[in-house]
Amino acid sequence: MGSLKERVTVAGLKGYAWLEHRLGLIKPLTEAAEHPTPANNASWWYVFGSAATVLLILQVMTGILLALVYSPSANEAWSSLNVLNHNIALGWYLRALHGWGSDFMIAIVLIHMVQVFLFGSYKFPRELTWIVGVLLLLLTLGMAFTGQVMRFDQDAYWGLGIGASIASRVPYIGASLVHLILGGPIIGGATLSRFFTLHVFVIPGLLLAGVGVHVWMVLRHGVSDWPMPGRLVRKSTYESEYHELTEKTGIPFVPDAAWKDAVFAAAILFAVMACAFFFGPFGPGGPPDPTIIQTAPKPDFAFLWIYSVLAFLPTAIETPVMLVAPVLGIAGLLLLPLFASEGERHWARRPVAVLMVSVIAVTLGIFTRLGTYTPWSPIMNAWTSDPIPPKYLHDRTPLEREGAIVLQNKQCRNCHELDGVGGLRGPALDSVATSLTEDQIVRQVLQGGGNMPAYGNALNPSEAKALVSFLMTLRGNDLSPAVDASRGLAHPGFHAAKPAAAPASGQKP
Amino acid sequence: MSELLKYPGESSNNDLPPEAKAAAHTRRVFLFKVAVGLNVLVGAVLAVPLIGYLLGPAMKKSAGVGSWISIGDVSDFPVGETRLADFRSPLASFDDGETAKVACWVRRISAQQFQVFAINCAHLGCPVRWFSESKLFMCPCHGGAYYEDGSRASGPPERGLFQYKYRIAGNSLVIHAGDMPTLATQASCKDKPLVQIEPATDETRSSSWGA
Repeated sequence: MGSLKERVTVAGLKGYAWLEHRLGLIKPLTEAAEHPTPANNASWWYVFGSAATVLLILQVMTGILLALVYSPSANEAWSSLNVLNHNIALGWYLRALHGWGSDFMIAIVLIHMVQVFLFGSYKFPRELTWIVGVLLLLLTLGMAFTGQVMRFDQDAYWGLGIGASIASRVPYIGASLVHLILGGPIIGGATLSRFFTLHVFVIPGLLLAGVGVHVWMVLRHGVSDWPMPGRLVRKSTYESEYHELTEKTGIPFVPDAAWKDAVFAAAILFAVMACAFFFGPFGPGGPPDPTIIQTAPKPDFAFLWIYSVLAFLPTAIETPVMLVAPVLGIAGLLLLPLFASEGERHWARRPVAVLMVSVIAVTLGIFTRLGTYTPWSPIMNAWTSDPIPPKYLHDRTPLEREGAIVLQNKQCRNCHELDGVGGLRGPALDSVATSLTEDQIVRQVLQGGGNMPAYGNALNPSEAKALVSFLMTLRGNDLSPAVDASRGLAHPGFHAAKPAAAPASGQKP
Repeated sequence: MSELLKYPGESSNNDLPPEAKAAAHTRRVFLFKVAVGLNVLVGAVLAVPLIGYLLGPAMKKSAGVGSWISIGDVSDFPVGETRLADFRSPLASFDDGETAKVACWVRRISAQQFQVFAINCAHLGCPVRWFSESKLFMCPCHGGAYYEDGSRASGPPERGLFQYKYRIAGNSLVIHAGDMPTLATQASCKDKPLVQIEPATDETRSSSWGA
């Protein structure tokens, strides 16, 4: 009889042999993990895919834990989230982990996609890996949207309304689509139930299966080698070249390359934990009561850019763009590897690819930034919160001061800034009289135009007179007033006389 | 006999000549094909109720749903003013909770003449707010604006606010409410379904008044 240690070792080996003989998975999985990979791709640039998978597992785990308490009923969802936030020990932290994990997952998936695109890794023989990856991105975004609905607060309610309104624009089947999305004629219990089903059963199932297929193809074709300028992908030679490279420079994926994946995954998990701890969970916002209309609904971060685009599309092309652009965009992503399956991989030799990524990234960034402060929206309470700055009331005639009151009361500042306070929908009014003549201001106020409604019905003649005379005093730092150039032709000497007739106090010429 | 049949109950035998094996094979393949066909048939029959259940909500005609519902006393709405009213959707289900509530703007033009506007912006459905001083409805989402009669003033909406049909029953104001108003599912489109672009005009108002 050997020592205790020997006996334990023997028993352990016997146990392993018993298990593996029946299971038959441990050996092939170990071999797969240790498969040789070209040494040049053991890089920090190749860590995003595994990090996305780790985040997916985090989302599944935290999601299951949240489902222990969450009640997917329109009656109770909002309250159950508040219970999670305030009454369940660490409920707030689980919600925060799930929410921040979602944001991180979208970001990592996007970075992963950009890296694969710029490295040309989607080319032969990995076309289908890319296509499945695009579907995984869409499923991830689907999780984000349905997850926002799970929060079932005001933003979720009106977000569903926006979704239904977009669906209603589909020709012929718009009404049926709306009913299919909402599960009935209105946003309610049936709507939440079907989004819960999507968020918890349908999309996660597809996502996990898709990740399985994606990883299977990564193992089958190997992790792509580091691109070199001038080394072209050819269908006839690529695979033998790759095998040669692997044989010459191959290192076992686990542990020689995978340690970087593991370090990065740990860092990302730690970042999610830190954000969750310091910034806390997202919402829920106000209760999903559609009679509380004092709200400015806004989607979650990942969809802010769409929200912004919808504010800028001209009315005439809005519906076609809404319905056609996403189809074209997704089709383009899916078909990309089929049209560009061979050729140069290195980014330095693919200027169009680099330009596309830059333009798309900057565009998305700008629209997202705009979405954070929505300059196109009227500020609903600007007229009640900030008075006309006193400096605009000095040395004004009674009529002009009356005009200032009209400007305030008629809610002009919901859309127009004065001294940096007010809406951004229309232009700031601090120097309006330097760009518009009196006649032009009268016309603009009474008849509207551009993005401005007509106020002819909302102003009586004396109000209009007072308002315009106040606006005529707004000339920035005593700039010269706007002049109707045609007057000079009719009345010689008009130009010379005008500045003298309009002193700094703002008397009208 | 038993040494010819490797597995009792089976007719195939490795010692048989290839033609016989092929014959046996063909019969099994045939039976398998029949079995597959059987499953396709059963699957198709099974799919009908499953898909029917899934598409159930989409099958309802939007024009047919909804009913008349009171939103308050006529005297609650002073002539010349626009006020917020709310009601519980007549189509509410048992688990709708607060989401069953619906808000609408009621404009009383004269003693007998009203306009009842949906709260949902005609652009993308956000809740519009009434500003009595500037006589405008403004939308907080994308900056749509409407005049006091509901017609489009500015911004991205392509038409005026959606209007509910109304009538005065005794002392109460009754409206016809159904679907959540969107471009395809308007609250009161029973008579004129799927009107995509139609400003809220006086014509609509007077015809709905007659109803």
